[in-house]
Amino acid sequence: MCGIVGLFLKDKSLEPELGMMLSDMLVTMTDRGPDSAGIAIYGNDEKSSGKITIQSDNPDKNFKNLDKEISTITGTPVSLKIKSTHAVLDVETSSIPAVRKALKEVRPSVRIMSAGDTIEIYKEVGLPKDVAARFDVSKMSGTHGIGHTRMATESAVTTMGAHPFSTGNDQCLVHNGSLSNHNSLRRKLRREGVHIETENDTEVGAAYLTYKMQQGSTLGEALESSLDDLDGFFTFLVGTKDGFGVVRDPIACKPAVMAETDQYVAFGSEYRALVNLPGIEEARVWEPEPATVYFWTH
Amino acid sequence: MQTFDLEAQGLRELNSTLHAQVKETNQTSWEVINPKGSHAIAVGLDAPIEVNIKGSTGYYCGGMNKQATINVLGSAGPGTAENMMSGKIVIDGDASQYAGATGHGGLLVIKGNASSRCGISMKGINIVVHGNIGHMSAFMAQSGNLVVCGDAGDALGDSCYEARLFVRGSVKSLGADCEEKEMRPEHLEILKELLAEADSDAKPEEFKRYGSARNLYNFDVDNAAAY
Repeated sequence: MCGIVGLFLKDKSLEPELGMMLSDMLVTMTDRGPDSAGIAIYGNDEKSSGKITIQSDNPDKNFKNLDKEISTITGTPVSLKIKSTHAVLDVETSSIPAVRKALKEVRPSVRIMSAGDTIEIYKEVGLPKDVAARFDVSKMSGTHGIGHTRMATESAVTTMGAHPFSTGNDQCLVHNGSLSNHNSLRRKLRREGVHIETENDTEVGAAYLTYKMQQGSTLGEALESSLDDLDGFFTFLVGTKDGFGVVRDPIACKPAVMAETDQYVAFGSEYRALVNLPGIEEARVWEPEPATVYFWTH
Repeated sequence: MQTFDLEAQGLRELNSTLHAQVKETNQTSWEVINPKGSHAIAVGLDAPIEVNIKGSTGYYCGGMNKQATINVLGSAGPGTAENMMSGKIVIDGDASQYAGATGHGGLLVIKGNASSRCGISMKGINIVVHGNIGHMSAFMAQSGNLVVCGDAGDALGDSCYEARLFVRGSVKSLGADCEEKEMRPEHLEILKELLAEADSDAKPEEFKRYGSARNLYNFDVDNAAAY
């Protein structure tokens, strides 16, 4: 099964409530995916330049003095904000590659969830309400965000198997369905030098889109070509720095509902996830067509 | 009129209350408020009652319905009116995938559009859609009538048996062993009645009829590619 939610704000006055609305949507989708949950949130903090979200199973030990150590190695300012098992390193965007390298040296066991100008990803094993509470999702603000509740089919129930998956700066993907050609596609992408962390099918989907965009495709073109190159069932919701996109496979048996008002575009696996959004009664509500790419940008 | 607040009283309470209504009940009119896309609303009813659901519903609304009239004043999720036996279900908005699947009888009216697989494996139900229907509709449809006032998506009536499919607009593509058929007076009569019952002002003469070419009924090695 799995549940997907997403919210793209057009009205800036709603930005402080993004986390609140998104966590409510996420918790509503608990019975579609009770084993793990995650969100990607695109922040609106103009002071911040770049950020890397990291995760550790032993945060007390691994996050201690990490900012100072990395700052010393890279010679750039680094600040650290800890949230439970995750932490966000605030860095200059230009120093992201150097910080990643330094992180690998000083804390090889720490995992990178996402990197980019505005993206932060938080995901863990457990009920969506517990995951949302653990990271204080309801207090987060931002321009858009996507969330996922997982009922695992293709790989183990682990933090790294939870969605969203990020395989490029400010990019992320959540998925409801199962890809059947992920093993062969993973091998092909790895041969092209694409880094894929897990044995999970969705990560291959994310890496595929990142690879296509690195080759010069737009998000829309990358999603179009996924319809030819990916085999299996999928409803994808993809986040980029500027917006989000939706695509469903041609059979389209994985559910999807969208709603649009002057204030936002919202996505839910089911209408239930959207019922508490402001003005939903007057929203244009529709089911995205199979094999059709939709995307919205700021 | 009995009013039931689904959010306050819960789904099990609603369905068991509606199940407790029998043929002789005096409480024939029910209103359900705050459905909020919940699943399995008014499933398994078997009494001549009317249920008005004020808002949108989730999966399987009105499933297995017998005798009851159910009006959804909103849109409906996947599997609406699945395996309906008799009665009438009217969706004011759109219906998601496999509306009316496997239905044996009764009338399902969708005033907006229906998504993919509408009427899949229908076995006697009548379905009238005021708008369009999605791909793979009436797949393996066995009997009953599917009336589409708008357009039909890909692979209409794939591997269908004896269901009658009427489409007023365009058909993106026909499925395996589905073909256009002659519209005879008795078909116009069926259409006239169904359109009237479904509150549609479409004219029977505007429709085309589709159905099984009956080439896949028995195994024929020349058709191996189509099986």
